[in-house]
Amino acid sequence: MSIENKKSVLAGIKVLEVGDELGEWCGKLLADMGAEVIKIEPVTGSITRTYEPFYKDETDLNKSLYYWHYNTSKKSITLDLNNRECLPILEDLIRDSDVIVDSTYPSNLDALNLDYEACKKINNTIVLASITPFGKEKPYSDHQSTDLTALAFGGPVWSTGYDDHSISPVRGAGNQAYQTACHYACIAIMSALVYRQFTGIGQYVETNMHASLNVTTEGSTYNYLVAGEILQRQTGRHASVRTTPNSQMMCKDGIYINLGFPARTEEQWFHLLSWLEEEDLINDLGDYLSVPNWDAMRRGDTAAIEQQKKVMETVGKLAAKLNAYDMFQKAQSLGFQWGIIYSPEEVLDDPHFKARGFPVEVFHPETSETYIYPGAPYKLPASPWNIQHSAPLLGEHNEEIYLDTLSLTKESYIKYRNLKVI
Amino acid sequence: MIASLNQIQQEIPTIISKEKTQSHNSALGGTRICDFTGQLAGAGATKILATLGAQVIRVEDNINKGGWDIFRGTGPWPDERRGVSLGGAFNNHNIEKLGMTLNMRDSRAKDLLSELISISDVVTENFSKGVLDRWGFSYEEMKLIKPDLIYVSNSGFGHRGPYSDYKTWGPIVQAVSGLTFSSGLPDMPPAGWGFSFMDHTGAYQMAIAILMAIYYRNNTGIGQWVDMSCSEGAATLNGPSLLDFTVNNKKTRRAGNPNSNRSQYPRMAPHGIYPCKGTDRWVAISIRNNNDWARFVEIDELSHLANNSEFQTVDNRLKNQDKLDTSITEWTTPRYQQEIARILQSRKIPAEPVQDPPQRVDHDNNNKSWNLFPVVEHSEIGKIRVDGMPFKLSQTPPKVERGAPALGEHNDFVFKDLMGVNDQELSALYKDEVI
Repeated sequence: MSIENKKSVLAGIKVLEVGDELGEWCGKLLADMGAEVIKIEPVTGSITRTYEPFYKDETDLNKSLYYWHYNTSKKSITLDLNNRECLPILEDLIRDSDVIVDSTYPSNLDALNLDYEACKKINNTIVLASITPFGKEKPYSDHQSTDLTALAFGGPVWSTGYDDHSISPVRGAGNQAYQTACHYACIAIMSALVYRQFTGIGQYVETNMHASLNVTTEGSTYNYLVAGEILQRQTGRHASVRTTPNSQMMCKDGIYINLGFPARTEEQWFHLLSWLEEEDLINDLGDYLSVPNWDAMRRGDTAAIEQQKKVMETVGKLAAKLNAYDMFQKAQSLGFQWGIIYSPEEVLDDPHFKARGFPVEVFHPETSETYIYPGAPYKLPASPWNIQHSAPLLGEHNEEIYLDTLSLTKESYIKYRNLKVI
Repeated sequence: MIASLNQIQQEIPTIISKEKTQSHNSALGGTRICDFTGQLAGAGATKILATLGAQVIRVEDNINKGGWDIFRGTGPWPDERRGVSLGGAFNNHNIEKLGMTLNMRDSRAKDLLSELISISDVVTENFSKGVLDRWGFSYEEMKLIKPDLIYVSNSGFGHRGPYSDYKTWGPIVQAVSGLTFSSGLPDMPPAGWGFSFMDHTGAYQMAIAILMAIYYRNNTGIGQWVDMSCSEGAATLNGPSLLDFTVNNKKTRRAGNPNSNRSQYPRMAPHGIYPCKGTDRWVAISIRNNNDWARFVEIDELSHLANNSEFQTVDNRLKNQDKLDTSITEWTTPRYQQEIARILQSRKIPAEPVQDPPQRVDHDNNNKSWNLFPVVEHSEIGKIRVDGMPFKLSQTPPKVERGAPALGEHNDFVFKDLMGVNDQELSALYKDEVI
């Protein structure tokens, strides 16, 4: 597929990005779809440039793999937003943009009196998107927040952990609070852009991370809203009002498999029996050979639950005889909805992910090397997702943006550099 | 900028359908979605677009009473009544949509579906691979009906590739993508997420994909098929860990890992979830840097940590985290979670209670002032609360007022008003169970 020949979705859309880990994923989602995302960084660099892991453990502002991942396809300019001297330049940048993504809190732009109304005076079709931990209303707007405290306060952590409630609940790793807020922000921005296509009217779009997480808890919220039920966390399976059977088994190679209900239909049940027979485990089921009554099990019927327990115990023995990948493949070939529990990096080597082109190569000019990155969340064949280029070096695009795009004179550019505004 | 806007406006007349002009206060007014999605990974995507003004028409099977969606007719139940239109989960995931029925076993239903597709902008589904193909509505066939159609499918592994016939649901998508593994404590089985995080996130990514395709079509007049694989969407969410492997060859499957209440990136310590007074009460605390640490150890009961050389630098705090956690646990255990959070937030340190559902729904002032859990009106259930929208759009606010459609609730509107079926024909369709 030749990407060059196809027009990307957001070709011609210019985005200014202000902020760090809270909003970087949103900027990447737009940049990898073709937008020109200009990341405004402090002269000393974004804080995410100091985040581990580093390329070969070399602590260097241009070698953070964290920064590399979240800033693909973006351009980097330096501009000190804490210095009011930046204003004429910032106003020029706003005039030349379609979207601003601001995830600073309290907002750097607000501090410069560049709220939406002020931005609109500079550029009347601008879409200004704010992403904050709690929205801009007090008292919570003053709260400090991290990914951990956000997931704890917002609901997901309540449902995650182990059967034993003397063990703390667990936060799922990987910046999912930030990324969840960014998914909502991206939906809001794209909707605003579609509206602007027809009307030419921009708007102010505000995404609240705490609210985003509070509506990302599945039944934990709506079971309570609707029926006053409180779900309780369980090991490796859905939080539930009533305890449900374990659904994870450790396989022979120490890797786990998730199997939910081992058999959900009569046909699957007989497949399971033949499989157990093949592996000499059929006698372990004892008298429980008849087709399970799943409805009764869901209702909490004791006999049905006893059978389920016996089945899970026997499937546990099956797992102990097989490697996780082989068990996953065989189970799926028999129509079971089971899945291997991969570590993140193991996904890259999986034949399905490879066949669909999930791992992608990104060339880094500064090391003259190519590295594998995670690929597209969605592929639009007519207008492809594409990492345009690796994350920028600090201030890499200063001259391009300031001299070429904004047409600053060389003299004023040097003046701003000397004043450390740029 | 100005030039490109003019360009867009010149293109509008060829692309805009006549309804586009109707709605000036919704972002997606005039966009029609022929929606076969179900559960949450699909239905959750079109729900968001419906609140933003898209006309989402849910197509359901009248014979199996909407059974394509496992949430049709399942709890939680708001009252004693039971029925296919009375479940709380289905309502939550389908607010602001219209509902119609079609019996795809009947050839007349195929004609009606062709008609509907011809007046739709987007077709969405999250069936297993092959369902639309079997009905004679593959992308190629739908494209003949509507050349600029946008078709977005979203299944666990997508419609192409070696696992495209595999069966999945949220927890399986999370398992195969690395999300389940990376949530847990050392020497314990994976904790996973405790809910279908990827049904939510798959829906968010699907909504983004639909909007991207709409934006592109509006600019170019070109539609396309987006074959989404939810497990790929999930695998994009582990970026820094993946690069640590591909660049540094460091695996996350290693001794002592995962330990996901601790900070992976950046390096922060202490960083964890600590027990508090009461049953199953916990507080999350993050000390981001030396400034946070300095304010933390100003607290009288923690001042003994201040001059301990084991905790002076981030490196030392990381190295001695277990010891540090023991001291913090001693401090948090006899105190209420809200008290800890208040003490730390007053010192500008990130700390929040692990909130349970009543705390979030009934007592959380941010959620209240945002009106995050609004009441909608459902034609059979009556008034019922739902998840609202976590974003505000100043010009085109999302609307959350109408509950999910009862099975076939909008048949009259869709067949008569949109498709021009007359009363006599409609009666025949009902009688023959075509709709």
